[in-house]
Amino acid sequence: MRFLDEYRDGGTARPLVEAIRRLMTRPWSLMEVCGGQTHSIVRYGLDELLPTDLSLIHGPGCPVCVTPVALIDQALAIAAKPGVIFCSFGDMLRVPGSQRDLFGVKSEGADVRVVYSPLDALAVAERNPGQEVVFFAVGFETTAPANAMAVSLAKRRGLRNFSILVSHVLVPPAMEAIMASPRSKVDGFLAAGHVCAIMGTREYGPLAAKYRVPIVVTGFEPLDLLQGIHLCVKQLEEGRWEVENQYARLVRPGGNAPAQALLRDVFQVVPRTWRGIGPIAASGLGLRPAYAAFDAATRFGVEAVGGRESVECQSGLVLQGLLKPPGCPAFGTRCTPEHPLGATMVSGEGACAAYHRYRRAAAGGAVAPPAQSMPFPLPGAGVP
Amino acid sequence: MTASIPGLSCPSPLRPDTIQMAHGGGGRTMRELLERLLLPAFANPALDARHDAAVVTLDRTRVAFTTDTFVVHPRFFPGGDIGSLAVYGTVNDLAMGGARPRFLTCSLILEEGFPIEELQRVLASMSLAARRCGVAIVTGDTKVVDRGHGDGLYINTAGIGLVPEGVDISPRRVAIGDAVIVSGDVGRHGVAVLSVREGLAFETPVQSDCAPVHELAAALLDGGIDVHCLRDPTRGGLASVLNEIAADAQVAIEAVEGDIPVAEGVAAACELLGLDPLYVACEGRLVAFVDGTQAEAAVALLRAQPEGQGAAVIGWVRESPAGMVTLRTRMGTQRLLDLLSGEQLPRIC
Repeated sequence: MRFLDEYRDGGTARPLVEAIRRLMTRPWSLMEVCGGQTHSIVRYGLDELLPTDLSLIHGPGCPVCVTPVALIDQALAIAAKPGVIFCSFGDMLRVPGSQRDLFGVKSEGADVRVVYSPLDALAVAERNPGQEVVFFAVGFETTAPANAMAVSLAKRRGLRNFSILVSHVLVPPAMEAIMASPRSKVDGFLAAGHVCAIMGTREYGPLAAKYRVPIVVTGFEPLDLLQGIHLCVKQLEEGRWEVENQYARLVRPGGNAPAQALLRDVFQVVPRTWRGIGPIAASGLGLRPAYAAFDAATRFGVEAVGGRESVECQSGLVLQGLLKPPGCPAFGTRCTPEHPLGATMVSGEGACAAYHRYRRAAAGGAVAPPAQSMPFPLPGAGVP
Repeated sequence: MTASIPGLSCPSPLRPDTIQMAHGGGGRTMRELLERLLLPAFANPALDARHDAAVVTLDRTRVAFTTDTFVVHPRFFPGGDIGSLAVYGTVNDLAMGGARPRFLTCSLILEEGFPIEELQRVLASMSLAARRCGVAIVTGDTKVVDRGHGDGLYINTAGIGLVPEGVDISPRRVAIGDAVIVSGDVGRHGVAVLSVREGLAFETPVQSDCAPVHELAAALLDGGIDVHCLRDPTRGGLASVLNEIAADAQVAIEAVEGDIPVAEGVAAACELLGLDPLYVACEGRLVAFVDGTQAEAAVALLRAQPEGQGAAVIGWVRESPAGMVTLRTRMGTQRLLDLLSGEQLPRIC
């Protein structure tokens, strides 16, 4: 397929890998921020092609994974209410709450629907004026503009039966939280290309300068990732810490201005709790007071619904790059995609799901993953 | 009494203890349902062969016997409809047992209020499909359920066919060194149905591959190919079929990503929706495991048929890791091609 096969070509990859190998004079650890990048790396085995002293640390950029259990439980509580049509992106349906998941609620009779866009949920609301339609607004800066658009349109059209359950999170505060750890092993970042397509690259400059860490805005295809790694290693070897843009075919320095305007109109920056990590100040988006009427949590009075994490699930460590999935004792045994302990095992962007799907070891299997953990802690809470 | 029957023990051996959509998704959850509940409940040698069609011997004649239920929504989709699908699906399952399909049944579950005109169109399509396959629909059943108790129309078909002398097709015959051949590009049916169901407008509409494959199977068998096993990659797609065979035959299968044919429109739709075409259903393809030395001859025989023009060798049967499927990626690396839990879910971004 044009514009895709070119970025998945093994013949072009080999010289790039060689160039990375030639550049390296010492070991480096790079964190790819986005779960989509993690899946691409594991799916194409890029880490196996790269020099062994180049570590790829999987970052927290999986919106499904960092959505707190409390919010999943709130979603389940709303979905179970009579007269509610609960709309969600597909990969939220298998994410376990304290007791069950959205599929479970659906099987008990709740009207849970998979949609491809929040605007589809809006259309459902328009077609079903007698019912309450709720959209589960999960995601980073990438999905936030479409959700803002849905709320903005709902207000303009005077739709009273539409609301969203908001769990938006922001990437830069999470990167800051990771770098703020004195024992962080991250030497450079591959920033999330699609987040930057919306927000641009400028907000990363202060981060690169403060922590003297190269940040390369990187795409998702195998060659994007290899090129991003090459740029990042080159900076490290030359003693630079700049924001570079590998994904220039999509990302402009200023980002997508109309999308940003829509975000500013509908959302405001709020503190958010990250599943497995804890609260991070100014790390998410919530509805502005002018749109408070569209907040599903208050509309259905579920703000107080709490959630309990599985005590066995170590996804918090995985999301902070402290543990590789195969290093978790429950991986592939007590935690599987059929019976997950945490979201990282079922999300399309979760690191545990990537390892389980592409690398799970057979008894004597040939595709055993290199299990390793990186013992460096992160400040769990209250990072500025 | 029932407590002594395997598979009917209490409490339920499965969790969650209610049926979920994934139990019908063609993945690991469905396999678990079959292995824990259904197979133990009915255990017998014909069932335990775990093939698309059971092969039983009646008065020294080998008969393939199968059944399938069709609940596709929407009932009419680009390239086919529930009627033709109900005929081809059962014909194809018989052909996968090496049989020449002969007779079909047709059971209809109709919802109160269903338009007679639409029923006529479905029946006309079934009739045409049956004629194309050279099978006769010889008996059936009709039930009507209250409005709200069915999704308009469900169809069940069962079928029988004769297995010719000398033909022995079964997962247990799959051997190290076998070539894995697919008869055309994969993932069309799933994408075609999804495109109508979700109202996605593609620049180039994808047509379902919905078609009978019994002529393809016959071409291989009549052409002197030592066919070890046949499967049609319906629910769960090519990847799930390869996993079933690897597990049942306790062999490893190595598939080559770059050799698996996927049509441009299917690849584009899957990229957009975050789906992997290797797990998307086909309804007019077969996967053949043949003696490795006959790989090229088998592909040539398939390509000589109108439905087999896109046939290709897509992998090989290896010794280890037994029970697993690996994929050689375009990057030259090797990874698992695993069985999924249930149906693929479109991801967030």
